[in-house]
Amino acid sequence: MTMIDEQPPRAGKRPATVQGSAITLAHGGGGKAMHDLIEDVFLGSFDNAVLATLEDQARFSLADLARHGDRLAFTTDSYVVKPLEFPGGDIGKLAVCGTVNDLAVGGAIPLHLSCAVILEEGLPIELLRRIMRSMAVTARAAGVQIVTGDTKVVERGACDRLYINTAGIGVIRAGVELGADRGRPGDVVLVNGLLGDHGAAILNARGDLALSTPIESDCAALHGLIGALLAAAPGTRFLRDATRGGVATVLNEIARASRVGIEIAENQTPIRSEVKGFCEILGLDPLYLANEGKIVCVVPEAEADAALAAMRAHPLGAGAAAIGRMTSKQPGRVVMHTGFGGRRIVDMLIGEQLPRIC
Amino acid sequence: MKFVDEFRDPDKAQFLLTEIRALVGRIERCRSRPLSIMEVCGGHTHAIFRYGIETMLPEEIELVHGPGCPVCVLPMGRVDDCITIAQTPGTIFTTFGDAMRVPGSKQSLLQAKADGADVRMVYSPADALALARKHPDKQVVFFGLGFETTMPSTALTVLRAEAERIDNFSLFCNHITIIPTVKAILDSPDFQIDGFLGPGHVSMVIGNTPYNFIADHYRRPIVVAGFEPLDILHSIWMVLKQLAEGRAEVENQYSRIVPEHGNQVALDAIGKVFELREFFEWRGLGSIDHSGVRMRKEYARYDAERKFKVLDAVIADPKACQCGEVLKGVLKPWGCKVFGTDCTPETPMGALMVSSEGACAAYYRFGDLEKIHLKQVAARAPERA
Repeated sequence: MTMIDEQPPRAGKRPATVQGSAITLAHGGGGKAMHDLIEDVFLGSFDNAVLATLEDQARFSLADLARHGDRLAFTTDSYVVKPLEFPGGDIGKLAVCGTVNDLAVGGAIPLHLSCAVILEEGLPIELLRRIMRSMAVTARAAGVQIVTGDTKVVERGACDRLYINTAGIGVIRAGVELGADRGRPGDVVLVNGLLGDHGAAILNARGDLALSTPIESDCAALHGLIGALLAAAPGTRFLRDATRGGVATVLNEIARASRVGIEIAENQTPIRSEVKGFCEILGLDPLYLANEGKIVCVVPEAEADAALAAMRAHPLGAGAAAIGRMTSKQPGRVVMHTGFGGRRIVDMLIGEQLPRIC
Repeated sequence: MKFVDEFRDPDKAQFLLTEIRALVGRIERCRSRPLSIMEVCGGHTHAIFRYGIETMLPEEIELVHGPGCPVCVLPMGRVDDCITIAQTPGTIFTTFGDAMRVPGSKQSLLQAKADGADVRMVYSPADALALARKHPDKQVVFFGLGFETTMPSTALTVLRAEAERIDNFSLFCNHITIIPTVKAILDSPDFQIDGFLGPGHVSMVIGNTPYNFIADHYRRPIVVAGFEPLDILHSIWMVLKQLAEGRAEVENQYSRIVPEHGNQVALDAIGKVFELREFFEWRGLGSIDHSGVRMRKEYARYDAERKFKVLDAVIADPKACQCGEVLKGVLKPWGCKVFGTDCTPETPMGALMVSSEGACAAYYRFGDLEKIHLKQVAARAPERA
């Protein structure tokens, strides 16, 4: 079912306004309540020509797509973050940025998104409206359109307030070939800024730690930065957004797929002192904290300076840094040279990071 | 970070390492075999691996990672009891995070939670008490574990529950004490440790004097150590200095935190709420006399062991496990038959693979596995010959 009711809004009539202050099962029932919700909250937020055709599917011209590149990229991601709103963003902004980034790290220019929501009975409509507006603002800023969608309401307790799924279509620039298996010894590993902000902000925003810190999520759409990077360093081997599992997990994935070792230097790894302190108190490792606006890039040594300069020239890459390089030693392993002068292995995270007791 | 980075200064580390190498040259006995220094506390083990301290030390020094990871040494029977309590209808079971993954005989608390038990992670026993205030219709149980470091906060929480008459709160007490355990290691026939790093945060509560027997009776140096990497290097240097000068004393490197006689307020709270058990079962080490505490009968109302039916069954460690030998320093983690094969952090068989503070898990996660594999082959070669 599309989010758009079978009946198009009648021209000349004032758009419907959703009744009541909270989501009820009627808002998912297919009747007038659902129609009003869609027209008021969703159509009111994502106003664009494709959506306005009100068909069961979004339609695009192949010729238009082909102007951007020579391959399609298609991705999907579900967002279940708790709390729904947090310092630096909300689930709506995250749902746009996350899917845009998943397309962009494949070298694609992101173009169209879907938005499917699952609402829990009782969700305040004002909150939903705020989040949908935030999605719309983020999508507009990122230059992508939300062109199709779906709404479901489930009984209280059957989901946690609001889940969003976004799928995205993008077009990959001709000649861009990126892959986790393309790393070579000597390649340089770059990140575009401070690590761990999102993970720390979310843990902190849950409010059960009684810590007060000003850490904000780094949630951002990175396709502009990635475009600049690929233009400056066309030989780029691999890009990945360091979301769940953090930079440590991405590095392990590359080391395994490329059958190379990776050596990183702790004192060149950019981490904000508030995040360090936060992790210190809770016994967490910032390398495993999630990011929502950070990528790991592997570039050939000859292009490393150009790549770094291109990232630093972009507002979302001002804090970019070279954190390490690939070696032929210990294939599949990530080794950190600690700031203290020792060495340790940075392994894949096993299970969830759990705070130590003492 | 101010007041932290100062204790992680790589230049000062190099200075200390030069001094350490000089001392090693003066100690006669390390010409025939490496010197074994045991860090008793899991917090030290964690820091040693996190900063790569072992990779910086001269080969003549071997660090032995002792029994001080309370999560690791928790026996399976007690985990089973936790799950029984957690599965009792109307109960909220609260625990520190890293105890969630410890395997019982059938499952861990994490798995019990997935099966529907109301298990919640808290950061302090006070959080558990707050839950009890919020849910007067539920029984809220706090899983108390750890050495003397965490005992005072649990004791004070019980006293607070009593003062506020929050009767739906109770404590499942699994606190253990460090001294009898160190003594058990010192008394074991295969004991071969040259010196100790004493547990800094336990000592903040109990002070330095309880360690006197280690120096006086067993003639081993012990240095109560802080948890920053320079603290650890400095403490190793202090142990070596004692060995080089033929001394065996209790010294306090962590004097910025540890008072000579401990913290009387904390000790009073512990004494008021807890009493020694005759014995307590340790994963990997077996039963050790007077090594655990239980709640005094005056606080029976807050004692989950009395409130709930727990079996307190003793479940033997898997036969292949050699955690005991590793804890005592007789065997290196990679010398164990199941290390890295049947026993990994994902599917831990033994105590030391359970928490990131456990020696085996630390080697597995942070250690140089290729080097370890070579050592493993070398260690097992005589068996085959």
